[in-house]
Amino acid sequence: MTISRSELEQLATLARLQLPTTSCDELSQQLTNIIDFFDQLNAVDTATVEPMAHPLDMVQRLREDVVTESDQRDKLQRSTTFTKDGLYLVPKVIE
Amino acid sequence: MSWEAVIGLEVHVQLATNSKIFSGSATAYGAPPNTQASLIDLGSPGVLPVLNRQAVLMAVRFGLAIDAVINQRSVFARKNYFYPDLPKGYQISQYEIPIVGAGHLQINDADGNAREIRITRAHLEEDAGKSIHDEREASSGIDLNRAGTPLLEVVTEPDMRSAGEAVAVLRKLHSLVRYLDVCDGNMQEGSFRCDANVSIRRQGAEAYGTRAEIKNLNSFRFIEKAINFEIERQSEVLESGGSVVQETRLYDAARDETRPMRSKEEANDYRYFPDPDLLPVVIDDATIADIRAALPELPDAKMQRLQSSLGLSAYDAQVLTSNKATAYYFEALAAQLPGHEKLAANWVLGELTAMLNKHDLDEEHSRVSPAQLAGLLQRIVDQTISGKIAKDVFEAMWDGEGNADEIIAAKGLQQITDTSALEGVIDEVVEGNPKQLEQYRQGKQQLLGYFVGQVMKATAGKANPAEVNRLLKIRLDASP
Repeated sequence: MTISRSELEQLATLARLQLPTTSCDELSQQLTNIIDFFDQLNAVDTATVEPMAHPLDMVQRLREDVVTESDQRDKLQRSTTFTKDGLYLVPKVIE
Repeated sequence: MSWEAVIGLEVHVQLATNSKIFSGSATAYGAPPNTQASLIDLGSPGVLPVLNRQAVLMAVRFGLAIDAVINQRSVFARKNYFYPDLPKGYQISQYEIPIVGAGHLQINDADGNAREIRITRAHLEEDAGKSIHDEREASSGIDLNRAGTPLLEVVTEPDMRSAGEAVAVLRKLHSLVRYLDVCDGNMQEGSFRCDANVSIRRQGAEAYGTRAEIKNLNSFRFIEKAINFEIERQSEVLESGGSVVQETRLYDAARDETRPMRSKEEANDYRYFPDPDLLPVVIDDATIADIRAALPELPDAKMQRLQSSLGLSAYDAQVLTSNKATAYYFEALAAQLPGHEKLAANWVLGELTAMLNKHDLDEEHSRVSPAQLAGLLQRIVDQTISGKIAKDVFEAMWDGEGNADEIIAAKGLQQITDTSALEGVIDEVVEGNPKQLEQYRQGKQQLLGYFVGQVMKATAGKANPAEVNRLLKIRLDASP
């Protein structure tokens, strides 16, 4: 299976990555190699193997439903200058 | 040939926990921006989510109430997308193995027939933050107080065939989550939100048409209008030879229309994978048994019981159980009026509901408690006052003038039970209306009502109407 130029661009968009136009062919080839490797894995018969969700054979610990965090806004917002009236500011997004 | 609508729903139920699903931040509504957003909620590097036990238990509670499969091992997954109110770049959700599997709900269709609606699944996930857009500002503001609030996303099969049915399903779900105490149900605050997938097909066709997903539906009325608009829009597109595009559309209540969302034009590709920060969630049999044992009586069962053991009509029972606050008020009231449950039902559905609607309150916030209302209805039962006078007393109670007995005493509203006093009034009324008396005796029997009215008027409503009737008949029919 070959990763086409347009598929590469779609992936880059989803990942919010800007691709250097000069190396697109090289990246396509590298990704194609990775996908080919998955094809090898797919060839293994896993019908009787339970899918692994996590490498550790343990179960999730649960916390009690108690509020343990206090308001740290002033401290946390010191790491950015882009705030106003307690809000974090980002480039305009609107629906 | 006409079109048939096919509707499926995705409902986001905000779980009523104290803290967030993966952090110890508070979930209170309306706090100043970002004062309930910790490092975990901000998606700071190096932090780990720790799952809230209560959110898990609430999800199971809901699952048991819809008779669903509970997956005793479920897995959290990352749903990847970029939006400023999602600081991690992914939402922690469940994908392949949700905590709640297939279940079902029952509704009544437009003709009153029971219809079963299949629930596909319900999964736990975290909410995103909120983006605030001010037209005068060059930037958007982000408030992450809501980020990490626990949600249970309930997904139905495309089993509904009209906007009305979709609303019936939503009302049923809304009622259920409140009965179960897993959600406050506040739609204005976004605690119960809905997306609808709508498509149409030729009546009788098997294959589904292309669907549009409508977002931003935050009231039952808007949901109905938005779905109806969408059905209409799609039929126009198809009838004019076009084809429906699969897309996400936003409902605009001000214009009563749906329109495509620009940011969702590209097909979604969320690249789900199991979240390595969270281990599989395992729920043992004992926990499920405990939750099952603690389930409250659910609306359908309650409705049956009110009919079978209290003798209420199907209609009364249905309305009384349609929401938890009404049902609990009625039951507290009826418990104090054994044998007079119908009277209790009439008052809850009549005077009380009217008063609550007038003040935009629900039964939980009624100014007259079930015990106080029971005190008033006792006085109707023992004939101290008539039902009509009771309405005045009820208004006075609502206005805080005291309990029923105090108001009856202070205003002198006791019924005139003294027969001789009543006979005196009757004599005056009969003698004061010789013309009507003459007509009555000539056979115009319906004038009895006129005389009863006059006596009630003369006694300021304090006479017992049945007694007035009886005594008047004797007086009028006596030979002149």
